[in-house]
Amino acid sequence: MKITSQDFVRRLPDSNVQFARGPAWSHRLRVDPILLLLLLVITCFGLAVLYSASGQNELMLRRQGIFFIIAYSAMFITAQLDLQMLRRWSVWLYLVGIILLIAVLLIGVGAKGAKRWVSLGFIRFQPSEILKIAVPVMMAAYFSARRLPPSLADVLMSLVIVLTPGVLIFLQPDLGTAILISTSGLIVLFMAGLQWRYIFGSLAMVGASIWPMWHFIMKDYQKQRVLTLLDPEADKLGAGWNIIQSKTAIGSGGLPGKGLFNGTQSQLDFLPESHTDFIIAVMAEELGLYGVLMLLALYLLVVARGLIIAFAARNMFNRLLAASITLTFFVYVFVNVGMVAGMLPVVGVPLPLVSLGGTSIVTLLTGFGLLMAIATDPKNTSVS
Amino acid sequence: MNWAGKDFHEFKDHHQEARVFGYRVALAFLLVLVMFGLLVARYYKLQVVDHQDYVTRSDNNRIQLRPIPPNRGLIYDNHGELLADNRPSFTLSVVKERAGDLEKTIAQLSELVSIDERDVENFYKRLHQRRRPFEAVPLRYRLSEEEISRFSVNEFQFEGVEIEAQLMRYYPQAALFAHTLGYVGRINEHELSSFDEDTYRRYSGTHSIGKIGLEKFYESILLGEVGSENIETNAHGRVLRTLNTRDPEPGADLHLFLDVRLQQVAVKELDGRRGAVVAIDVNTGGVLAMVSAPSYDPNLFVSGISYADYRALNESRDLPLFNRAIQGQYPPGSTIKPVLGLAGLANGVVNFQTRISDPGYYQLETDERFYRDWKKGGHGTRVNLRQALMESCDVYFYDMAFRMGVDRMHAFGIQFGLGSKTAIDIPSERSGIWPSREWKRKTRGMHWFPGDSINVSIGQGDVLTTPLQLAVMTATIASRGRHLAPRLVRSIGDTETELQVVDEVQVNDIYWDYVISAMEGTVHDPRGTAYRVGRGAKYRSAGKTGTAQVVGIAQDAEYDSDTMDERHWDHALYIGFAPVENPQIALAVIVENGEHGGSAAGPIARKMFDEYLAPPSEAVQ
Repeated sequence: MKITSQDFVRRLPDSNVQFARGPAWSHRLRVDPILLLLLLVITCFGLAVLYSASGQNELMLRRQGIFFIIAYSAMFITAQLDLQMLRRWSVWLYLVGIILLIAVLLIGVGAKGAKRWVSLGFIRFQPSEILKIAVPVMMAAYFSARRLPPSLADVLMSLVIVLTPGVLIFLQPDLGTAILISTSGLIVLFMAGLQWRYIFGSLAMVGASIWPMWHFIMKDYQKQRVLTLLDPEADKLGAGWNIIQSKTAIGSGGLPGKGLFNGTQSQLDFLPESHTDFIIAVMAEELGLYGVLMLLALYLLVVARGLIIAFAARNMFNRLLAASITLTFFVYVFVNVGMVAGMLPVVGVPLPLVSLGGTSIVTLLTGFGLLMAIATDPKNTSVS
Repeated sequence: MNWAGKDFHEFKDHHQEARVFGYRVALAFLLVLVMFGLLVARYYKLQVVDHQDYVTRSDNNRIQLRPIPPNRGLIYDNHGELLADNRPSFTLSVVKERAGDLEKTIAQLSELVSIDERDVENFYKRLHQRRRPFEAVPLRYRLSEEEISRFSVNEFQFEGVEIEAQLMRYYPQAALFAHTLGYVGRINEHELSSFDEDTYRRYSGTHSIGKIGLEKFYESILLGEVGSENIETNAHGRVLRTLNTRDPEPGADLHLFLDVRLQQVAVKELDGRRGAVVAIDVNTGGVLAMVSAPSYDPNLFVSGISYADYRALNESRDLPLFNRAIQGQYPPGSTIKPVLGLAGLANGVVNFQTRISDPGYYQLETDERFYRDWKKGGHGTRVNLRQALMESCDVYFYDMAFRMGVDRMHAFGIQFGLGSKTAIDIPSERSGIWPSREWKRKTRGMHWFPGDSINVSIGQGDVLTTPLQLAVMTATIASRGRHLAPRLVRSIGDTETELQVVDEVQVNDIYWDYVISAMEGTVHDPRGTAYRVGRGAKYRSAGKTGTAQVVGIAQDAEYDSDTMDERHWDHALYIGFAPVENPQIALAVIVENGEHGGSAAGPIARKMFDEYLAPPSEAVQ
């Protein structure tokens, strides 16, 4: 096997200093104990809220529990990965994902006019879940092998890498996932040191194009949809219903909340999607602002821990991947929590580790598995 | 992975890259903190600053104030027999908010329950009326047991469709009291728009309202006071629990003077002829019987009468919807004579010795016109008031009226309630006409002629009375001048209604004796026009027959029923009271186109006296 660049980097004189090493057991298992603890606390918290949101449906709780067992297993398995191998194989992972996305558009199955699933006979899954991992990995691999800050050509190339799956997922159509996956890629671009002139330049271009788009290109019904997205409360019985009810649930909870299982908005079915996307409204109603602050604090700690891991990583692939996983996680939290409170347009984004969901939980914890792999990379350095 | 390793040979400044990355991580973390801050601020605003607003909103979501309709007061006859009842009725209702596609739902329902176009039409009409959210809208009333069971088996298929049990008005005597009781019907758009806020509140939960008759007159008493309950519902409108309840107060019951048996006798004796009967308790003014024939079944109106049924009733030549007893204005004919006889005596126009000669006609000196007596050849040469009343001599009254003049006749007559409403406690009463000079000038723009007085003296010409007015007049004679207001309701709940004296007619007792005795003679003297009415009775009664022309007979023409349309035949009238020595019951009977008061109307009066004074159950003992 040929010597890779990372092998070389590892042998640099100052790259192998090992200060406080983590406890031997966790390092050998390639587990970051702090991150694991935080995730488990959020998971338990989430299960309690879900139990309440589902109307104390034990069957649903058990299903979610099983998904968590699978997801944590996936996390441990992922944590054992050789990151350099992952880096080398990233392009194949990415290409398989793209092919499956095309397959979804051609032979996919789904409901309500959206095709999101591929059926392999015995199992159905969403290829977009693969891209949630594949895009950050691919981007991290791409930039780790390039001179940074990235050149314009690299930037343009990376945009192709990001936007290809973005557009394919948008066509399913699944706007929320498309945006989030694109964001996870763009985060890598930003963390790789994208020059400010590109950042501000593109922001200015987007800003400048809004006016002509609105007045000359978009049709009335499209404008209407954008308006509804931006101000759902204008559509009181349609999209606005959810937001009005979720704000009512949150607001009526007050500081201490109505008590677990006692939320009237959620328990009496006024709150839609109460065990999936809008679950934080249940929590806000039943556990109040104190509950919300506690959950947000836990999320903040996870983000902080993830960024520390990213900061402490000793090669660019690990850094970029860790930062992307961590910040994407934050974006999930921010979009969901903000959307339910009526700050952001309603796009289908679950609340990480709390909302009911199967594959999305597995994907999420797989991402954290990568983060743990980075934290405990034996060819790298440990972080404390 | 050639592309990944390609740039490896180029110079890569790892320290510089790590430093830039470090800045970016710090910047990202700062951004994360700011955004978390935004979230916290947002939740603080919702949960602390605007908390109360959202508590209110949340309570409005789940708590609904639901009205509990009061039970409508019942109506009983004089012996406690139920005339208006509330019976459970099963209604198929739809909650629009839960039902989804209404047209589809109705189409599916019509396979189980018979639903015609009119039901559907009315359903949409009700749906668009003022309505509370999640209020069930009735689609079909009075489901049969079979329909209920058919629906119940399939109920699970119909979200938002339910069977509601409601109390609905039911009139067990059906057509017997239709005109007096009236009926309730669905509150219509017009009534709803006339409600003020408080009335609207009182009717929340109540779907029907008294439309005519007692049901309308005593609406506010029968209605009761609405109750309410706070109920908690879920988002689908399903009631989860009742938080608190304020019980409704049922409407007060009405106890009437009306007597089912007396009413039945009157209807039976009318025997399908058109007409009206009113009987009054002389001592109280209570209406014992009030019949208008033909009648109709008021139950048809309770849940909304079908268009075809209504048209049949409304367009019938016999006017079944018309309450003849209070709205029918008939010339009283000779039944007016006892009052005029009293007027003559009281005004000194005639006395007991006054006698006239009756050649069969009467003529004014100023006029060519012949005023005929009903009896060809007249009643003889020495007719006094007693004979004139007993035999109903017209010429005696022509002469007396001519000499008395309209002013004194008018002034005397109004003391008996002629020409004005009796203020009976049901709506739509008419006042009849008791003409005067002023009345004629106002309505006809003409002077009063002596001939007018002559027409009035036999209850023809412009005189019009309702059967109720005649009964009140008769009761006033029976009680020797105590004119009581007639009333249907004896007590509201436990409170007796008050006896109301309208007038005391001041006439010398010997005149009362004389006229009443003459009326007794009418019934019991073989020469009397109503001799057959009194024959064989165990009590003495007093009466007066009457015949009223429906169409004018030309001066030189003869009345001949054989050549005339039956509907142009004379109306037969009878007034009377019994027993003479201690009057209990006074009544007025009119049989339209019955021709002769004595033969057509009198026997009805006799049967009613028999029933009232010697009820069969007591007679057996």
